[in-house]
Amino acid sequence: MLLAKIVGTVVATRKDPRLVSNKLLVARPVDPRGKAEGTYLVAVDTVDAGVGETVLIVSGSSARMASGMKDCPVDAAIVGIIDAVEITD
Amino acid sequence: MQIAKVIGAVVATQKDDNLVGIKLLVVQPLTPDRQPAGRPLVAVDAVGAGVGEHVFFVRGKEASFPFHPAEPPVDAGIVGIIDHWDLG
Repeated sequence: MLLAKIVGTVVATRKDPRLVSNKLLVARPVDPRGKAEGTYLVAVDTVDAGVGETVLIVSGSSARMASGMKDCPVDAAIVGIIDAVEITD
Repeated sequence: MQIAKVIGAVVATQKDDNLVGIKLLVVQPLTPDRQPAGRPLVAVDAVGAGVGEHVFFVRGKEASFPFHPAEPPVDAGIVGIIDHWDLG
């Protein structure tokens, strides 16, 4: 899984029917120390995350295992809101 | 599977119901000469690993298999703690 900061929202009226009523957010991956890295991605939100929060994103087919995402055409899902990252090494 | 070192832990209170009770660790993949290789990532712990240990982890849906029959939404999971490793 990767850590990412939520930087925006996505609105799409015309989309796959299985995506209806799912919240889509724009996220930017960050390293464990909070530094932004890599390119932006769109992830479906399953935990009521919001802009500015650091979240846990699961990618690939595992994204469909997030709550309520069964058989949905998604490859990135937000499954947790990060309180703290403790790097001790 | 890939070899990595556990370098930290992640705390998340609000999360998917199927992630409750599962430990989240930050792992840094390693090269054969034990140098950092690529970006660190978050992996779930299925074997009781801790910070500072060398481990191997799986990527993809297989990371959820140790928690069967539960199906937590995870794409990286530690499945072994390395006692020692040698190359040739």
